[in-house]
This record gives sequence, C-alpha cells and structure tokens, in this order.
Amino acid sequence: MANQVQYQYKDDNLLKSEPNKYKEGDLKSEEMIVNLGPQHPSTHGVLRMEVITDGEIIKDVVPHLGYLHRCFEKHAESLPYNQTVPFVDRLDYLAAMNSEHAWALGVEKMLGITDQIPKRVEYIRVLVAELNRMASHFVAIGTYAMDIGAFTPFLWMMRDREHIIRLLEWASGARMLYNYIWVGGVFYDLPVGFEERCKQFVDYFRPKLDELKRLIIDNKIFVERTANVGVLPLDLAINYGVTGPMLRGSGLRYDLRKVDAYSVYPEIDFEVPVGEGLMGTKGDCWDRTYVRVLEVKESLKIIEQCVEKLTGEHKRTPDFDPHALVPKKIRPKAQEVYARAESPKGELGFYFRANGKSDVPYRCKARSCCFVNLSIISELSRGSLIADFIAILGSIDIVLGEVDR
Amino acid sequence: MQFEDIIAKLREEHGEEIIVEVNEEASPKMITVKSEDLLQVSEVLYKNESLFFDMLSCITGVDNGPEMNTMEVIYNFYSIPFEHSLMLKIILPRENPAAPSLVNIWKTADWHERETYDLLGIHFDGHPDLRRLLMPADWEGHPLRKDYKNLEYYRGIKVEY
Repeated sequence: MANQVQYQYKDDNLLKSEPNKYKEGDLKSEEMIVNLGPQHPSTHGVLRMEVITDGEIIKDVVPHLGYLHRCFEKHAESLPYNQTVPFVDRLDYLAAMNSEHAWALGVEKMLGITDQIPKRVEYIRVLVAELNRMASHFVAIGTYAMDIGAFTPFLWMMRDREHIIRLLEWASGARMLYNYIWVGGVFYDLPVGFEERCKQFVDYFRPKLDELKRLIIDNKIFVERTANVGVLPLDLAINYGVTGPMLRGSGLRYDLRKVDAYSVYPEIDFEVPVGEGLMGTKGDCWDRTYVRVLEVKESLKIIEQCVEKLTGEHKRTPDFDPHALVPKKIRPKAQEVYARAESPKGELGFYFRANGKSDVPYRCKARSCCFVNLSIISELSRGSLIADFIAILGSIDIVLGEVDR
Repeated sequence: MQFEDIIAKLREEHGEEIIVEVNEEASPKMITVKSEDLLQVSEVLYKNESLFFDMLSCITGVDNGPEMNTMEVIYNFYSIPFEHSLMLKIILPRENPAAPSLVNIWKTADWHERETYDLLGIHFDGHPDLRRLLMPADWEGHPLRKDYKNLEYYRGIKVEY
C-alpha cells in the first residue's frame, strides 16, 4: 500500500473532472478565459473561478466548487445527532460556535425540549456564539483589507481575534473547532473567572474599534476601492436568497436573531445595523464591510449583557449541571423540521427528517449561507474590472468549508 | 398569514385537489403537491400579494430508498414582509426522477437544484445549466441515494478510507 501510486496523473484529468463551462468556440474573438484559483489567497480557500474577460472587463464568472467537499450530509446520515456536532464545526470553521448553536437548536426543536433548556446554558451559548461572531467578522474585515492591498489591518484583526480564540480555548479546550455546544446543554460550565475576562476584553476592544474605523473604514484608499463597487440591489439579493451582512448591507433590517427571536435574544437589547450608502451607493462593498464593523459593536453590547446575567441572575452555582438535559439517547419521533439560526454570514439552516426508528437522521441537509451568498457572484461582477472582482469576492465573506460542505 | 389561510388561498386559485396532502406536524407546516402542478403553485406563492413568498430558503432532495421507490424534493419558502413560512413537498418516481425547475422565479434555485441533481440524480426540467456542482464531472453515481455504492478507486485514489 505504501508504495502504491496515490494519484495517476494524466494531462486531461482536469479537463475531465472539472471542465470549463465555456469552450473556445463559445467565445468572441476579443474574449478570453482567465482561470482564478483554486490555489489563490484571494479566493479565501479552494475555489476555482472561470472568468471570461474582454480586456479588463468581466463578461461572466463561472465558479467551480467542490474542492473542499467533505460529504457532511452523507456523514450526518450515518452518525447519531450528538456525534455530528464536531462535523458541524467543520462547516464554517471560522464560526464553529454559531454552527453548533444552530444544530443544537434544530435537534432540540425535534426533541421538543427547547423550552426546558436552563437559562444559564442559553446565556453561555449566546455569549460564546457572539464571541465567535466577532472573531469571524475580524477575519472577514482583516482578509478583506488584505485582498485589496492593505496588510496592517489583517495583523491587527488577527491580534484581537487571538484574544477571543484564547477565551474560547479556555472554555472548550480547542482553538477553532470547539464541540462546546451540545444538544441539550454545553460541554462544561464556563471556567471560573471567564465572565470577568470577557468584560476585560470588551473594555480593551471598544477603543480598538474606533481605531479600526479610522484605519480602514474611513481610509480614503479603502473607500475609493470599495464604494460604488459591486452594488447589490435589494430585490436581486432577496431573489438570490442572500442573507446576513450582505442582505443588511443592501438596506434590509433582517436578522434572524430578531425575526425568529430564538434562544435568549429577545431578552437582550441590541440593534440590527443596515447599509445606508454613506460613501457611495446602498449595497456596495463598503456598506457590507461597514455593516460587519457595526455588528461587532452590537456583539460587544450583547456580550456585556450576557456577562451581567451570568454573574448576576444566573450566576454559577455548585449544583448547576450543564449536562442535566443532555439526552443519553437521541431518538426523535418521525418528523420533518427545518430549523435556522443567524450565523455571522447569514441564515444557517438544517433540514432534518427523522423516521422515528433510529438514532441517526434519515436525511439531513445543511442550508449554508456562504453557498447561497456565493451564487450571486456572477451576477454581481458582470461588467466590472478584474481588480474589482477581487474586492467583490472578498466582500461576500465566504468560508469554503461551508460552501462545499 | 396563518397556514390555513395559505392553503385556502391556494385552493381558491387552483381548485380543491391542488393540495394532495397537508402535514401540520412538520415545522414549518407542510403541503404536498403533484410535481406537474409545482410551477403553477410556485407562481401563486411568489406573485400573490397576500402570500408573497419572496425568499426560497432551501431545496432538499430525499431518496426514500428502493423499497418505497420514490424520491422527494422539499422546498422551504419564507416571506420576509409577512414573516410566514411554508414547506412544500413533491414526490417523484425513483426511475428517471424529474421535477420542474424554479430558476425563473427564484434564482436561489439555480445552485440548490444543481446540488440536488449532483447528489441525488434528480433532473430539473428547464434548468439552464444543470451540471454537477460539488462532485467531479466524471464521478459515477449519486452519493446520497440510499443504494449508492462507493467507487473503489477514483483516478488511482482509494475512495474508501
């Protein structure tokens, strides 16, 4: 086995396995195909783009997905619900807590125990999910700035993200893929002193947010590169099913944390920021980035309120058991459920079908927000310049783990 | 709008027998229609001013296995202004399953239908560009079918691990 050839290279392998949509004959004489990726930092992972250009102008974009396909749905069909949680982490690996939260909400809805989850567990979940939402937005903003040529913001964002990652590591033991939010509870109560450290982090980061705003958002070069670029009209966004900061960037105040009011979000006071076209047109790349910055600010508010509750009303007690409601065996009755939650990139939904006879779902489908958001790329970049295409792709904020699943 | 009103509206537009089955246990509540009626029903759902399902959240294909010998496609609709949702199901035969494509109404359907075609082999009539999406173009079989057998090798790479 060790000496066996692992991959039989043939010249036409790529032509057969991932052929271009456009053939030579389909192109006009002035058009050509430029291949972007799959190995290129600006594609944020392994994504291949077949770009049809006329000089600098983009005529069409055909994304080729699947380079990071890890058969999530197939795995989910063969594993019990609780054992799928680590796989859910690996969908959107930059916001694993949010994905776990959505999964747990879905399975609890099937079991009918949504109302019984202890308040402390709910607040812990929201706290870690919001921390992770901030970390995800940090990466989005940092890498976006790097995409269009600014290196410093990336390092600044990574520095601040490190604080969050260390906090979450302290709580769960892992830096990125936590397996912390379980069906019916959480893996472990927060470590002693965690709430105070969260408070310290909020105090540390508040002024940094203004710094960040001065460094990128109001930066003349950044505004020139992103304002009026990749304008996404609202009706088109809805028709494509785009959600999250992209939809809010186009001016619709639509956030599942408010709309569905799941978990303890209705008890928490926060705003839903939307794009207003301050620097250019409503729904351009600048708006989308600015919405993310404002959302970080809202997340800080949510974290503060969670910390207040977790040290006050629902504070740590010796007899608190985060596993109290974790089912020993998860066997929901036969039913079909579509559950959704707001992940940093948009609506993350899970469709479940249980047949009532086994511990594994009969069918499980992940409705991934990055997948749907990315599908608008060809519409969004048609007619723009190649340099702007990179700016547009970055502003969508995709994680290929979730696109390909 | 309540679920009952949505059903009543659909029946009003297309007659009593348009809805084959109603499932109130599902969440969101679900109706089943015949696959040949899907396009008409979708147009009402999209265009009717009191229904106005402007968002197609998700399309799921389900294989019921060789014993049942059916496949299903499940659509999750959501109306942003009215905040109501609906799950809609069509049932297809397992041999040459084909459903009408909704690309001309909701653009979201484009990639979701391609994915369903890729993983379950359900054809969508009228789809402009029905290619495999996640798997390589020369992959054999549709992995989410219940009777799917893994390939042993793909280009010299062992598939089973």
